[in-house]
Amino acid sequence: MLDVQVRKQRGAFSAQVAFRSATPGVTALFGRSGCGKTTTIHMIAGLLRPDRGHIRIGETVLFDAAQGIDVPAEQRGIGYVFQDARLFPHLTVRDNLRYGARRARGRAAHLKFDDVVELLGLAALLARRPAGLSGGERQRVAIGRALLAQPRLLLLDEPLAAIDVARRGELLPYLEDLRDRLSLPMVFVSHQFEEVLRLAGEVVVLQEGVVAGHGDVIAMSQSAALRAIVGAESLGAVVEGLIEQVDESSGLAQIRVGAGKLLLESAQLRRGQRVRVQLLARDLILATAAPVGLSVRNTLAGTITRLEADGERAWLVFIDTGGVTLMVRVTADAHSALALAVGQPAWVLVKTVSLRGRVFSR
Amino acid sequence: MLLSADEWQALRLSLEVALWSLLWNLPVATAMAWVLVRRRFPGRTLVDALVHLPLVLPPVLTGYLLLILFGARGPIGGWLQRSFGVHLIFTTAGTVLAVAVMTFPLMVRAIRLTLEGIDTGLEEAARTLGAGPLDRFFSITLPLMLPGILAGAVTAFAAGLGEFGAVITFVSNIPGVTRTLPLALYTALQVPNGDATAARLAITSFTLGLAALVLSEWLSRTLRNQLGRGTAHA
Repeated sequence: MLDVQVRKQRGAFSAQVAFRSATPGVTALFGRSGCGKTTTIHMIAGLLRPDRGHIRIGETVLFDAAQGIDVPAEQRGIGYVFQDARLFPHLTVRDNLRYGARRARGRAAHLKFDDVVELLGLAALLARRPAGLSGGERQRVAIGRALLAQPRLLLLDEPLAAIDVARRGELLPYLEDLRDRLSLPMVFVSHQFEEVLRLAGEVVVLQEGVVAGHGDVIAMSQSAALRAIVGAESLGAVVEGLIEQVDESSGLAQIRVGAGKLLLESAQLRRGQRVRVQLLARDLILATAAPVGLSVRNTLAGTITRLEADGERAWLVFIDTGGVTLMVRVTADAHSALALAVGQPAWVLVKTVSLRGRVFSR
Repeated sequence: MLLSADEWQALRLSLEVALWSLLWNLPVATAMAWVLVRRRFPGRTLVDALVHLPLVLPPVLTGYLLLILFGARGPIGGWLQRSFGVHLIFTTAGTVLAVAVMTFPLMVRAIRLTLEGIDTGLEEAARTLGAGPLDRFFSITLPLMLPGILAGAVTAFAAGLGEFGAVITFVSNIPGVTRTLPLALYTALQVPNGDATAARLAITSFTLGLAALVLSEWLSRTLRNQLGRGTAHA
């Protein structure tokens, strides 16, 4: 358990952040820039001293203002992957990687040099200097360097921010691998909800220095706190499930969602795999009668549980489909034409192709 | 070009004095530059000004101040003499001190410039990897300061070869003991038949100075390129 409860005043900005997250596990600190995300992980790392509060990992107290405990950053054993990588320019990649390993202070070497090199695909870079590396390569080296210091917690500050948008996809699989293969607790900072969806189990939503919401990603995907931050375009309920079957001939895979099922394009999916799917509210179609004769493969029946105005011209309709809530955005016009009301039966139509790029393996 | 025995002696002495003052200055100037860049303390501006004072004061005045402080009856000089038997006045050791004080600001300036260009974020990264303060300094900061330290060292060495005013005021002009190149040159200009000697010494000084500046420039460029200047973590 990572237990953070800190306060920090920096000029006009004040941060008051409290959350507890499961370890091992991946927690995302999510929010707009300037909301206190980086300030928070700086305090966890020990690079910034909170004015008040405490920081604990399990039984270990790293900071406690009341007890006067403040373990120096160099003794905390917390890995930190900075947004700008911060590789040492005078050292080769190999020596950068070994820097932390040499200073691991007797912590058991769970992570071996060769394994980390293999995990992050660094073999070809070892003899090179940081100046010649691409943004993605630098981040991978920075992650490897932090891992080899044998940390008890890994902090990542927007690890993808310094990389070209087009090349971010190259680093994400490495991060997913890290999450799946090491049982290392991670806290990462992001302002891209898609990264949160791909990597995190829990999300802490920060707004203007305070925690606006905290919970597992699926529950949080529909929270008002999150909605206030992600744009209308990337808003959508998240569902998680096991691939129950894969049909090679139709190229479709099936997961269970509440009482219904959802067909996904099966490329790269296999039976038994756990996936997370985001159903974007703007991509879903709502019907108030059971539809017939449509090309849409996915129809999920349910009941309207809530209606919320989303700006002036749109409504968000929450539909419970056997224990799983989905969100559909409809125009204000559709809302009144269909006379939508809570308790009404409804059918949600999902185009399988609209899920392309929204399916993430867990 | 052949130098006479006296001229060789002056050249050798100059090289020796410049080298010794450089060796004294290296650690002190590095520490001073680090303190001035990385530490905030009351009186920092005053310390900064004191360090740079020899650059702007007439060298004769610096020599005179040294005389007051380090002379046989001066507060520091007297103590050194009583406690350690160290004589600075009219000695080569005194010459080294005068040259060291005069070239100190040059070294501090050069080192400071590179240090200011080093992102403190690198030291933060080293901290999170388990490096304590001294460890960080020696494994990260110092290696990155190296271009500035070397460039500063070469410049200070070259300037040290030619220091005149402070030396002649503080330790006088004694052949073989305190008579460095510029003092020998000055002496040659004072005697009726010294023209040839003066010319040879002038050419020697000129060549040494030029070589040092070229070397300094080359060193700092080479080292900076090796670090992949600027792209370190853009």
